[in-house]
Amino acid sequence: MSEPILSIRGLTKTYKNGPRALDSVDLDIRPGEIFALLGPNGAGKTTLIGAVCGLVRPTGGTITAFGQDLSRDWRKARARIGLVPQELATDMFETVWRAIAYSQGLFGRPYDPARLEEILRSLSLWDKKDAQIRALSGGMKRRVLIAKALAHEPELLFLDEPTAGVDVELRKDMWQQIAALKERGVTIILTTHYIEEAEEMADRVGIIRGGRILMVDEKRAMMERLGTTEAVITLAAPLAAIPPALAGFPVEIGADGMQLIYRGGNGQGGGRAQVAQLTQALTRADIAYTSLDIHDSSLEDIFVGLLGEKEAA
Amino acid sequence: MYFNARSALAIYRREMARAFRTAFQSILSPVLTTSLYFVVFGSVIGARMEPIGGVPYGAFIIPGLLMLTLLGETTSNASFGIYMPRFTGTIYELLSAPVGVAETLAGFVGAAATKGLILAAIILGTATFFVDYEIKYPLLAAFYIMLVAASFALFGFILGIWADSFEKLGIIPMLILTPLTFLGGTFYSIRELPSPWDAVALANPIAFLVSGLRYSFYGVSDVPIGVSLGLTIGFLALCTLVIAVIFRTGWRLRE
Repeated sequence: MSEPILSIRGLTKTYKNGPRALDSVDLDIRPGEIFALLGPNGAGKTTLIGAVCGLVRPTGGTITAFGQDLSRDWRKARARIGLVPQELATDMFETVWRAIAYSQGLFGRPYDPARLEEILRSLSLWDKKDAQIRALSGGMKRRVLIAKALAHEPELLFLDEPTAGVDVELRKDMWQQIAALKERGVTIILTTHYIEEAEEMADRVGIIRGGRILMVDEKRAMMERLGTTEAVITLAAPLAAIPPALAGFPVEIGADGMQLIYRGGNGQGGGRAQVAQLTQALTRADIAYTSLDIHDSSLEDIFVGLLGEKEAA
Repeated sequence: MYFNARSALAIYRREMARAFRTAFQSILSPVLTTSLYFVVFGSVIGARMEPIGGVPYGAFIIPGLLMLTLLGETTSNASFGIYMPRFTGTIYELLSAPVGVAETLAGFVGAAATKGLILAAIILGTATFFVDYEIKYPLLAAFYIMLVAASFALFGFILGIWADSFEKLGIIPMLILTPLTFLGGTFYSIRELPSPWDAVALANPIAFLVSGLRYSFYGVSDVPIGVSLGLTIGFLALCTLVIAVIFRTGWRLRE
């Protein structure tokens, strides 16, 4: 496996007179991946990003980016890191062009109008280049923030809630743009409230809560390991007990005997195959049913379940 | 020490662009105010006043009025320059960039000082329409104006980091700098104050600045020029030190 592009060890942040926002966080980010950091509000996502990007002073731990210790070689590392913040924070009276040209210069890059044009065109902002940012819609303002973050061609890009407050159409448009960045070799770390966003785009997922990383895994592996299938079979006649023919299946009776509920399998289709076997068994046992409703658990179900388990523990 | 000139230039250009974008507030407004001082105190009242230290009254007040504008505007410009990104949240970009204290100061403080110098030049040019004057030591005057502009731009930068509201941002220039400049010999010579007020007036550090600038203009001063220069350079060094500590600790910048 290649060296991590970002390596975090024992990262801790305790705010003065406040809670511990990060509690011994260990995390490795692989080059070229899209890593989704999921967690409820106040979990520590933004603090973690802030600690890497220089907005937050860590209380303890080390952060290594591109093999360089951020506390010592912060200049070299930061020149290769981009950040799109959660808030729509930009100089509203500035034009789009001047705003991104400023970002390019601020990160030490020579003025490169061709590169700026390429960025603006890729984000469908070219025809707005001379517009004041305050005149743009919320979605376009967010694209301007992305353009500013890309102006110095970062190799590692943090997207803190990139689609917050963005309508569904624009959100999907942004997903495409993020995918295009990945194709260009940019490593992306994103935080999001939209679990479907992580499910759609992420290669790996990390779940954080109370400043602690609860789990980090490949999205597919996580869904395979923790995913389940739920099937609700509505029966033609009520059952008083599970018939012996169905003894091998993880089923229970619901709705006063009128439903047979299956919960089992994995996130990779194993459950659906078993439900097919279950229906065959029902037919063989001469048990009639009127409808069948199958639902595979989503990343959101896993996320909610995992947080619920930790809370209960 | 590493210095990223492109980063500093980017900040400087943006700050200068902001000034020209708000030219009425940044440039025309202080020039208009100072011109009114020249009209009222220089031409109208000044024509009936006795010369002070051999300098006609209209000319006598030029260094003080220049200092009044210079202190107020450089302080306000620099404080506003760093306060606004903190207020709007755009400071994230500066903090996440490969930019240290040197580039930040060169950009923000350099721009504020430049704006101060532009204002000073415009005000001196405007003064020629109302008052006859000649600058005895032009190089010293230029150096001193630059020194004061840089010092108070640094001071304004500290103010912009300290302030957590627009009210606090305005308190120091409005309630401290302006009164102290008025009382620091802008319109009179401290030597002519009755005792003990002449000694009390010297407790006002702005009096040393006004006196120093007046010396560079006319060769007359209330305190030795060396003391004025030393005090200003000391203030500049102190402000630089404070800013270095702020960046090292991240006070009010990094959480």
